[in-house]
Amino acid sequence: MTVEFCGLRLAHPIVNGSGTFDAIAARRTFGDQLLESFPFAAFVSKTITLQPRHGNPPPRIYEAPAGMINSIGLPNKGLHAYLTDDLPQLAQLPVPIITNVMGSTSNELAELVTALEDRPQIDAIELNVSCPNVETGLDIGADPHELHAVVARLRPLTAKPLIVKLTPNTADVAAVAQAAEDAGADAVSLINTLRAYAPHPTRAGAAWLGNATGGLSGPAVRAVALAQVREVARRICIPVVGMGGVQSGLHAGSMLEAGATLVAVGTENFRDPAAGTRISRELDDLFANSGHKSDRTAGA
Amino acid sequence: MGLSEPRTLAPFGRRTLSVTERREVGAYVVLAADDPAGPLPRAGQFYMLAAAERWGGREDERPFLPRAFSVLRARERAAGEERAADEERAADEERAADEERAADEERAAGEERAAGEERAAGEERAAGGSAGGECGVALEFMLEAVGPGTARLAELQPGDGLHVTGPLGIGFPDPHDGRRALLCGGGVGTAPLAIWQDELLARGEPAPTLLGFRDAAHAPGATLLQNARVATDDGSHGHHGLVTDLLAAELDAGDDVVVYACGPPPMLEAVRALCEERAVPSRLALESGMACGYGACFGCVVKLRGGGYLRLCVDGPVLDGELLAEVPAH
Repeated sequence: MTVEFCGLRLAHPIVNGSGTFDAIAARRTFGDQLLESFPFAAFVSKTITLQPRHGNPPPRIYEAPAGMINSIGLPNKGLHAYLTDDLPQLAQLPVPIITNVMGSTSNELAELVTALEDRPQIDAIELNVSCPNVETGLDIGADPHELHAVVARLRPLTAKPLIVKLTPNTADVAAVAQAAEDAGADAVSLINTLRAYAPHPTRAGAAWLGNATGGLSGPAVRAVALAQVREVARRICIPVVGMGGVQSGLHAGSMLEAGATLVAVGTENFRDPAAGTRISRELDDLFANSGHKSDRTAGA
Repeated sequence: MGLSEPRTLAPFGRRTLSVTERREVGAYVVLAADDPAGPLPRAGQFYMLAAAERWGGREDERPFLPRAFSVLRARERAAGEERAADEERAADEERAADEERAADEERAAGEERAAGEERAAGEERAAGGSAGGECGVALEFMLEAVGPGTARLAELQPGDGLHVTGPLGIGFPDPHDGRRALLCGGGVGTAPLAIWQDELLARGEPAPTLLGFRDAAHAPGATLLQNARVATDDGSHGHHGLVTDLLAAELDAGDDVVVYACGPPPMLEAVRALCEERAVPSRLALESGMACGYGACFGCVVKLRGGGYLRLCVDGPVLDGELLAEVPAH
């Protein structure tokens, strides 16, 4: 079931959520078998920043009811090492590469996007404007005007598809999506994690996570994700990458029905590295056995 | 790290094994499972485990994520063993099918067909695997029910399904510079030392083995290894005190050793500090909460002496003690 997405032809509609699959570490663990049976139709990188980041102090994860809270803090090698060390290895993957970037100012983002534009191995750029557990609090993606300004600044810098990853931690996600489309984004992806807090199990008043707050993911957020994807898909004309608690072909089918063109699998990858393969197969079976219309997934 | 790191690659994806044995060893439970598609793990490597059924729905609707366990013991299964197990399974299926036929002939036929297809798929995978024995491996894990995940795993019975991903991470590197191995473990952290002791004994390199346990209920864990000297916190078995007391005495007698250690963080930190003080190399198998076990989530990091973090699942769980300023308490 091939899918057209922002000019990319993908083998099926299942991709990974940013930060939920490290193809290089996975190859160290599983060897070349990973390349032979790569679970996603496109690979979305972990968030890359201009400078290297160590990430947050541990503990970084907490098991929640039907999900987990993470406060990883975007550890990465920085743009330079990503381009020189990681990208040549990622280019060996049998699928298109979507590089996710985050900057704390529009100048930083402009520098990142300009650097990625030069690299033919990168097929699309995803802007992380939604990570809830980094710094000050004012998320670019929480405010339609702020987001419009940033995307409008970046749009002329690249001919590659620009995907804006939206945050669910905002009053009106459809208004933010609309701003992204108006400013020239090629697609939006949602939802990112929901801001969440876990108390320390034994120390009264203390937080469990090293960074106090984190983001909730997993099946616990699926119903929220479906509502937001549905709302955004009704508002805008550009394609939507839907994600949030997808664990099966049936769940992926619900995302497509809500208006998504692609479906990203995130937390379920942690429970089974080959979850993407299983989910895309289940989705195929779903289409074969039911009245699901596959043309619904053929995006703009 | 690099080419010589003791790492056996894992088959890609989660697979479902059948539990073959459950036995209690004091307060611990040892689960055995046949892994027909799996390779032989290296000592110190680990697996992510989850019950195939009813994983979730306990306290706080947990567990949700799989749990990381160092492998306690592993051996290649012999060809005859495979056949015997297959015949046994076939007989079981036939028996079940007979019973089903009485009730519902059509459904039984369908299940038999499905079971046959599953078996064929399993054989195909096993044939494709390179690192393991032709008939797969038999794995053992040691666990103690301390939370919703371990409690669910500890109640699994023979025939129950066990989801596994692995072997994962880097195991124990060989002793170097003419040094001898010395094993030092505590509690459920004795597990990776058992498979390491098996390997060292098979090579004719017996290693002094020191194990610490909380109390009389846990001390039987020492029987999972050979010739272990035991310390207990309550004095019920062996030395009344800490296993690091035994370690200090052992290092006094001769420090041309590499210390291989695994156990609760305070014990591991004591081992690390003692080895640092004596300029003895240490190889510490650390534990951490993990979501994935294969480098995807960045949740299991440990702080390095020189700054920054390292993922225990792909760059550990066995670390050179020199890399750490301290073993973290979590």
